[in-house]
This record gives sequence, structure tokens and C-alpha cells, in this order.
Amino acid sequence: MNSITDTAVPADSGSFGGLQARSASEINATSRISVRNLDFFYGDNKALKGINLELPDRQVTGMIGPSGCGKSTLLRVLNRMYSLYPGQRAAGEVIMDGRNILDASVDLNELRAKVGMVFQKPTPFPMTIYENIAFGVRLHEKLSKAEMDDRVEWALTRAAIWGEVKDRLQSSALGLSGGQQQRLCIARTIAVRPEVILFDEPTSALDPISTLKIEELIDELKRDFTICIVTHNMQQAARCADQVAFFYLGELVEVAPAAQMFTAPREKRTQDYITGRFG
Amino acid sequence: MSTATMGAGPLRSAPAKDMAKARALGRRRRLVDSLVRWACIAATLVGLFFLASIMLTLVWRGMAALDLTIFTTEFRPTRFGDDTLPKGGLLHAILGSLVQVAIATAIGTPVGLLVGTYLAEYARNSAMGNAVRFVSDVLLSAPSILIGLFIYQLVVLPMGGFSGIAGALALAIIVIPVVVRTTEDMLQLIPNTLREAVIALGAPKWKMITLVCYKAALSGIVTGILLAVARIAGETAPLLLTSFGNNIASLDLSKAMASLPISIYQQANSGFPDLIEIAWTGALLVTLGVLAINICARLLLRRKI
Amino acid sequence: MQQTVAAGAAGLPVSGQRRKPGSLGDRIFEALCTGAGILVLLTLGGIIVTLFIGGLPAFERYGVQFLWSDAWNPVEDHREEYGALIAVFGTVVSSILAIIFAVPVAFGIAFFLTELAPDWLKRPVGIAIELLAAVPSIIYGMWGLFVLVPFVQMHIQLAFGEQLAAIPLIGFIFESNNFAGTSLFSASLVLAIMILPFIAATMRDVFEQVPPVYKESAYGVGATRWEVVRGVVIPYTRISVVGGIMLGLGRALGETMAVTFVIGNANRMPESVFDASTTIASVIAMEFPESLAGSLKQSALFALGFLLFVISFVVLATSRWLLRSRLK
Repeated sequence: MNSITDTAVPADSGSFGGLQARSASEINATSRISVRNLDFFYGDNKALKGINLELPDRQVTGMIGPSGCGKSTLLRVLNRMYSLYPGQRAAGEVIMDGRNILDASVDLNELRAKVGMVFQKPTPFPMTIYENIAFGVRLHEKLSKAEMDDRVEWALTRAAIWGEVKDRLQSSALGLSGGQQQRLCIARTIAVRPEVILFDEPTSALDPISTLKIEELIDELKRDFTICIVTHNMQQAARCADQVAFFYLGELVEVAPAAQMFTAPREKRTQDYITGRFG
Repeated sequence: MSTATMGAGPLRSAPAKDMAKARALGRRRRLVDSLVRWACIAATLVGLFFLASIMLTLVWRGMAALDLTIFTTEFRPTRFGDDTLPKGGLLHAILGSLVQVAIATAIGTPVGLLVGTYLAEYARNSAMGNAVRFVSDVLLSAPSILIGLFIYQLVVLPMGGFSGIAGALALAIIVIPVVVRTTEDMLQLIPNTLREAVIALGAPKWKMITLVCYKAALSGIVTGILLAVARIAGETAPLLLTSFGNNIASLDLSKAMASLPISIYQQANSGFPDLIEIAWTGALLVTLGVLAINICARLLLRRKI
Repeated sequence: MQQTVAAGAAGLPVSGQRRKPGSLGDRIFEALCTGAGILVLLTLGGIIVTLFIGGLPAFERYGVQFLWSDAWNPVEDHREEYGALIAVFGTVVSSILAIIFAVPVAFGIAFFLTELAPDWLKRPVGIAIELLAAVPSIIYGMWGLFVLVPFVQMHIQLAFGEQLAAIPLIGFIFESNNFAGTSLFSASLVLAIMILPFIAATMRDVFEQVPPVYKESAYGVGATRWEVVRGVVIPYTRISVVGGIMLGLGRALGETMAVTFVIGNANRMPESVFDASTTIASVIAMEFPESLAGSLKQSALFALGFLLFVISFVVLATSRWLLRSRLK
């Protein structure tokens, strides 16, 4: 799985070609989220060590690294998901809109409305397709029936699933296929109109065709959203990401534009990982 | 099994098997095995036989007095050798049971649901959660007559007499741990990723629980409520000390109230053959109701899985 | 690599340790759930306290003597006297006999359901056994009185009573002048049938939890099904099996209506299993509704209830402790 060519997805159909197109200067956008000196603890176990990372506005940041390297942990700091679990804590700063989101006074529900998340496995709620989308919207906005209908259609359209579900909005979301469920979850996330979307290995439970659709979708979504994606799949990082961050043993080893990361990594550890010497 | 000991010396061949001995041993082992198998089949048949015996006895003796008057008439006194007295029914008892079971379920279900939620969503591993879980499990199997004594002391004495509401409260205490058990189990089955997905949309925890978790666990929770209803519909002992029983149909919760199990108990022990006949009919009705609810509950749970 | 840095955010406090205060809805809902949990604790506490307070006059009057006095004389004059021994004895003996009758059958059912039954039969038979647990106890009482008691009377006591009584050393426990059929023995049988499904269901559940690889390795060396169960399944599950039996015992101790119908309700010490007897639960059910509020008799019944609570609490707590590995 480590060679860039051995993917089941036809090489010419993805945004793989973008790899050459993205130059280092493209990363030079304003930063949407700045992570500064972030440490993270599971109880006494330090899982992240002094992380510094900028997430550029309306670009895709890919996070790669072997299992247990801390990339998913960092993702779960960005929307404070870890706060659900006692014993997990973060120290340092994560600045968004001029505020440290680690601050105790932050309204987590508001934060999560701004920073949406899509999970590894599709997580449709046990309700109709329509209700799945409307659920999140209702948490934060009061819309009329017509406005809600528009919002649902908008979100499903953006998530490239409207055509497949528009005739069965009132049937259960649990009846959709895995790939459709994942796109439904993406629609549910963007319906809330977040600024940042976090993807936690969004395609690892999907077949290659569904994976391809999700990747195209991510490429399309970055026009409006700042995106951060954790992936095990290096080709996926190469295809989707503008900048790539490599994590190893809780440290951020290297951040670089995708093209540079996969062609000329600066660090030996990065090179070993992307050429498949470990991981 | 061979009796050879492993020698430390050079490799030797295994000692030859005594085929005659092995065959004899094999025969004995097979014999023991088949004896045990037949004993287990017999044990299962014994269990099924009891169920069949109970059901057949109920149908056979309960059908005799089963007609419309059972549902439309209250208790009527009887006299030996007097056929002119009109036959009584169980209207008072059926009505009283419905009222008490309904109130008990209405009180016990929300409490049980909240306790189950507390255990699954707020106190999974806390000391307090473990204490509540333990106490709830003890209540689940505690002698129900003691719950009757408790309510007698708590409600009947201060109110100055037996009452329908006291009976309903006693039954409610029995409902709670049944609903707690199934609610907690069902909520535990919900994967954490679903919870995180709701939280990630910016939902507060209480909305996550009430709008998504309850929905995901719905069939299990309904099963628990049905099982609780089935359990209290046949409860007799605590009612003896709380709602006591009544020979007339009454909806007054502050007075003694009839119920099917109590009427069955009183009429079965009355010594009058026609009252005993009515008691059997009542027993048939209660059992059919309870078993039907039970089977519904199981089917409901199965469809989900 | 030059990256723009958002301005003006430096110097904010390091945090993440404290939980955020939470919205009003969250606080209300959590308080409701916690309150309901506390209510459950209070209920159990309330049961203990009310039973004890109710029994206090009797405890004060008789002291520890109450525990082993076999007196039960409710006639209200100077001879009125109460003791717990008869009822406690009947409760414990009937429950233990019930366990002795029920465990082998329950084991057989569990073995049948996990190892022997073909798949299409497992579910219906399993449900039938579970339905046996759903039958209300008063139904067991009526069925016991009208079907089982005559059977015991005619086909066990009359048929085998003399032979059983002739057994050396233990024969006396079968020797009785009570031929009514309602007896300690009948009560134990009914109790055994009632707790059978509970024990069988627990055993089946724990048997099913034995990792298949253990059983397969035993089958692999040529063991028969029985040898696998005896050598692998039972040793692996014995603690939970005992826990399941204790659960059945806890049920039997507190069972009221079924026992009341068939035990004969005699307030004297049984000398034989065919003698009439009584249990704590049935003496409360029989005598409480006709006792006067505040009377010494009522207090003695509360005191008995308190003892029943203590006994069943110990048994149920032990059962739960033994079953903890299965619960978790």
C-alpha cells in the first residue's frame, strides 16, 4: 500500500495530477487555526508533544503518520471532542478567530458548530434522511419549513448525494449504502455551515469507488471550507491535501506542501515512512 | 490416553496401544456420553412438560366459566347448592388491575429510564454509579412482599387505609429496576462514535441522549417496559398489603381497589366451586395476557437484531 | 515556509483541565438523572429502615431471643408470643430443597440448549423455558394446589412414603402423619419449577461465553460432548454457575404466593418434609392483612420481613458478586 501506483482507483481519475500543480507558494494563505506548543495527555501518558501547526484558510491539510502517532488526537483537540472524556487534557494554545479554543470559557457547542467533523465509519442517526440533515441545523438556527427544505437540499447537493436521495428523503438513513451514508454525514456536517471540517480517516471503511467520490468532494468543498484530514493512505494525502503534516510518536516531524513532502522530504523519518520502511 | 512418560534419552517410538483396552474404554466413554445426553433431553422435556401442564390446566379449567359475563359483571356472592344466584364476573378486578398497572407504569417508566440513562451516560464507572447499579439489581430480585410492607408503612398507615394508589406505588417500585436494566443495557450497546457524531454537530449532551440515543435504543427500551408490565400484571403479594382488594368496581384511588391476582387468590381459596371456577378463568386471562406481552417484547427485540 | 500567524491571541491561559459549565438544559437533565439514581438508593434505604422500625417493638420485647424462639401464638392475652425460628427454618429449608431439585434439571436444560439442540430448536425451546419464568407466581400457586399437591399426595407420599421412611438414618425426614399433600415438600417442588428457568437461563448464558477455541481443542483430542462440558465448560464457568444458583436461591427465599398455596401454613416446627410448614413471606401474606395496625403481631411480622430482607440481600449480593465477570 505504500507505493503511489498500487491503488485500485484509476490513476487518471482522481485529483492526483494536482500533486505537481501545487507549489509551495500556494500554502501562503492566511491561517484559519494556529496550534501552538500543544501538549496532550491521556491520563499521565503524553500523546502530543509541543505541536506547532498552522491550518491555512480554505486549504486541505493532510495529517499522516503511523498508528498511534497522535494525528487523530490532534484532530480531536481541534473541536474539543476529547472534553467528553475525563482524564484527557490538552495544554498549550489552539487559536481560532483570535481566541484560544482550549479555554475553559469556550462554549463547546458553538465551537463545534464552527468546526465540524466527519468520522471514520459513517454515523447516520436512526432517523430519516431529511431529519439527519435538519437535526444539526435545528440545534443552532430557527428556520421555517421552506428555509429548512432549502437548506437540506443545499447540503445534500454540496455533498453530491442529492440526486441519489431526493426521492426518498423520508426513508430511514440506515438504508443507504456505506458510501452514501458517509456523504450523508458530510452533508449533515456542512448543513450547519461550519468554517472548518475535520475528516478522521473518512474513507477507510469504504470501497474504492466511494472513496473516489469522497475525495472529489473534499477537493470541491475546500472552496468554502478549511479542511483537515487524517489519513492512513498516503496516496489519498497526495491527492487531496495542499499541505501535509507528518506525525511520529506524538511529535510533528515535518509540515510541507504536498508536492514537496512526497518528492523531497527534509527529514529522514519522513522519507522512511513515505517510502514504506516503517508504519 | 497413553501412559508413556517422556524419556530424556534418544527418540523412541511411542508404546504400542492396547487396542482391546482402548476399545473398552471408548465404549464406556460413549455410554456415559449418551447417558448424559439422554438425561439432558429428559431434563428439557421435564421443563417443557411443566409449562405444558400449567397451560393445559389453565385452558381446561379456565374455559369453563369464560363468557361475556366475566368481563361485564362484578363479584357476586354465592351459596352452596343454590343455582338461582346469577353468576359473577371479574369486571372489578380487570378494571382495578388496568388502573393500577397503568399508573405504576406511568410512574415507574420515567424514573427507570432516567436511572438507566444515569448509569449509561453519566456514571459508567463512578462509585456512585456502581452503588446505584448494585441497588437496582438487588431491587430487581428482592422479595416483592417486602415492597408491600414498605408501602404499607409509607402510604397505607399515613392515609389510614388500603388504597389503589398505594398498590400502584408498590408496583411502580417493581417496574423501576426492570426498566433500568434494559435501558442501561440498550444504551451501552450504542457505539460511542454515534455519540461523538452528535456532539460534533454542536449538540448539548441532553439533546444527544433524548433525541438520538433514545431513538437508537427505542426498541430495547420498549421491550423493557413491556417486560415490566408483564411482571407487575401478575404480582399479588405486594397488593395484598397495599390495595388489598375490593368486591366492587371502583376507580377511587384513595380506597381499596380490586385486582385480578388478588381476586384470583381470594376466590381460589373461598371453597365455593363456582368462585374457584371464576378464579381459574381469571388465572387464564392473566397468564395469556402476561405471556402475550412477553412474546411481543421478545419479537420486538429480535426484529431489531 | 512562511505562514501567517493570527494576531493578538498570545497570553491566554493554558487550559483544558476544567470542564466547561454546561448549558442549562444539560444541568437540568443531569440533575434529573442523578436524582432518579438517588431515588433508587433511597428506596432501598427506605425499605430497610421501615422494616426495621416496624419490627422494633418486637425486637425490643424479645431481644435476640426472637431469632431462635419457635413460639407463634397470636391469641391476644398474656400468652401472646412470637418468634422467628419456624418461619426462618421453613424459608431456608424449602429454598434449599428447591435448589437441590432445580439445579440438575436446569443444568440439563442449559447443556441441551448450548451443546445438543439443533439450531432450529434452540430458539423455541429457549423461549418456552423463559416463558416459564414469566408465569405469575399466583398461577404456580393454583396449579400447585390443584395439580401438583394431589399428585404428591397420591403418587409420592402414599406410594413411596413407607419405603422412604424405612431408609436408615435419614428415613425420619419422610415420616409424616400429614397426608393433606400441602407440605414443605410440595412447596419445594413448586419453588424448584419457578426458579428452574432463572438458573437454566444463567447457565446457558455463561456456557455460551466459553471461547469456542477451548471447546474445539478438547474436541480435537477426541473428547465426547459430556467430557468437554465436564472438563472445559464447567471449570471455566463454575463461579458464574454458582452465582446463577444463588440468584435462584434469592428468588426462592422471597417467593410468596406460590408457597402460600401449597405449604399448609402451619406455625409449628415440621418434623418431616411431608409436614405442613410456613415461610416468612407466606406468614406475612397470610397474617398481615388481618393484623391490627400497631399491634405486637404486626410488629413481629415486620421483624420477620426485616430478617427476610437481610437473608435475601446477602444471597443476592453474593450472587451479583459471583456474576460480576459476566455482568461486565
